[in-house]
Amino acid sequence: MKTIREINERIKKGEAVVLTADEIVELRKSSNPKKLAEEVDVVTTGTFGPMCSSGVFLNFGHSKQKIKIGGGKVYLNGVVAYSGLAAVDVYLGASSLPENDPRNTEYPGEFKYGGGHVIEDLVSGKEIELEIFAYGTDCYPKKYLKTKITINDINEAILFDPRNCYQNYNVAVNLSERTIYTYMGILKPRVGNANYCSAGQLSPLLKDPYLRTIGFGTRIFLAGGTGYVAWWGTQYNPNVKRRENGIPMTPGATLALIGDLKQMKKEFLKGASMTGYGTSLIVGIGIPIPILDEKILEWVSIPDEEIYAPVVDYSYDYPNSTGKIIDFVNYKQLKSGRIKIMGKDVPTGSLSSYKKAKEIAEILKGWIKSGDFLLTEPVFYFPGPETGYKFKPMKEV
Amino acid sequence: MEKKFVMHFPPVLVDKPIISTIVRKYDLEFNILKAFVSPEEEGTLVIELKGKEENLNKAIEEVKNKGVSIQPIESDIKMIKERCTDCSVCVGLCPTGALYITGDYEVKFEPEKCIACGLCIKGCPTKAMVTTI
Repeated sequence: MKTIREINERIKKGEAVVLTADEIVELRKSSNPKKLAEEVDVVTTGTFGPMCSSGVFLNFGHSKQKIKIGGGKVYLNGVVAYSGLAAVDVYLGASSLPENDPRNTEYPGEFKYGGGHVIEDLVSGKEIELEIFAYGTDCYPKKYLKTKITINDINEAILFDPRNCYQNYNVAVNLSERTIYTYMGILKPRVGNANYCSAGQLSPLLKDPYLRTIGFGTRIFLAGGTGYVAWWGTQYNPNVKRRENGIPMTPGATLALIGDLKQMKKEFLKGASMTGYGTSLIVGIGIPIPILDEKILEWVSIPDEEIYAPVVDYSYDYPNSTGKIIDFVNYKQLKSGRIKIMGKDVPTGSLSSYKKAKEIAEILKGWIKSGDFLLTEPVFYFPGPETGYKFKPMKEV
Repeated sequence: MEKKFVMHFPPVLVDKPIISTIVRKYDLEFNILKAFVSPEEEGTLVIELKGKEENLNKAIEEVKNKGVSIQPIESDIKMIKERCTDCSVCVGLCPTGALYITGDYEVKFEPEKCIACGLCIKGCPTKAMVTTI
């Protein structure tokens, strides 16, 4: 048994033993778990996949003659931002689009530029056109303003994702007779391909299935900077069926994340265009897991071949919420590039970059080893399965 | 001279030895990149032919005269590596294996195998695959 405080002392002295989740999986195959739990202090994880539930809060500062965005309209490079806050605060979501984007009227829509791309341009230091239409008040008289800003010209730029880091995710296939365009990518007819979106054995929440070490305030790697876990994520669902090893059989827990966009790097924050679907943001995340005891070591050592994902049809079952699962496949099979579904040999593709996930886990490992990054004790832990917390469908009348 | 073609064979011609005939007659080398027969028995063949320009042109004429539709693959698809995140969503879409993932999980592109179907261009979330016609 170790405490986070003890681990931090070892990090400060440069004595902490830090491994990536890939390394611990390999090491566990040939080592005694009890001994490993004593010797290893931290295991780092990583993921780099698209998440539409991403966005930024921005504060532009006030113009000489003041203008009030709240209740008006605001555009960044033509992309609509949310204007329901105070005078010069906005929120820009990854899937926001320009008003004149043809969307799916020219099916499948290209979705060339949206919120995710503006965020990538901001983090890259590029100049962004800001256009404001306001109604004018006695204290904020200006009604129109157009200017150019960069991330360095504005006050706060805060990345806030209400949901990210999905614990396990669907493998998408298409049982219909026509090609479909989804947020899981292009799916060829008659199960022509299968797309998944997880780093498997390197993915943060698959390595701590009951969130015993991750909670409110956990310090993380967020897109090249340090960020924090800000709440449990939306659609959080601890009450899912699990395998014996504790891993959810279907999408389970999620996390809300927050961090300073000004610290982040363009290599870990990329705008995405999903043909026929919309725009999104690819976010690099790494979470350190303190090895407090043997049980946690057991979880972080679960290999790809013991982590199963559900195969779901996106032509009918997903859009109509039938809940039907065609089969389960493991991440070793998925990463091999081919899986068997309904007797058919099907090529796989991943929306989440395993190569970048590995890079992130290595960078975080380096930060911890050099003493720059200390672990945090969660301020509080998130609801577990015992609380009965569930992800509910929409009430329709 | 070396060129790639997409050929469509109507059902009546699917079982005829058209390719072997032109290959022998015009001294051509060939490399079949993709071949399939639809449930309606129409054949599709993506093939690379290599030989003297004059012979190649004669071979194309002969194939056309026999009732096979033949189109050269003119467009060129390129990967802009700086935009690629090595996610591999294109790999499952690519019908010929021109896009593949290495043992180090890096996505690579082999233009020689590409038949310019364009699926990767539509499928790449970061627009790393582009066409230069």
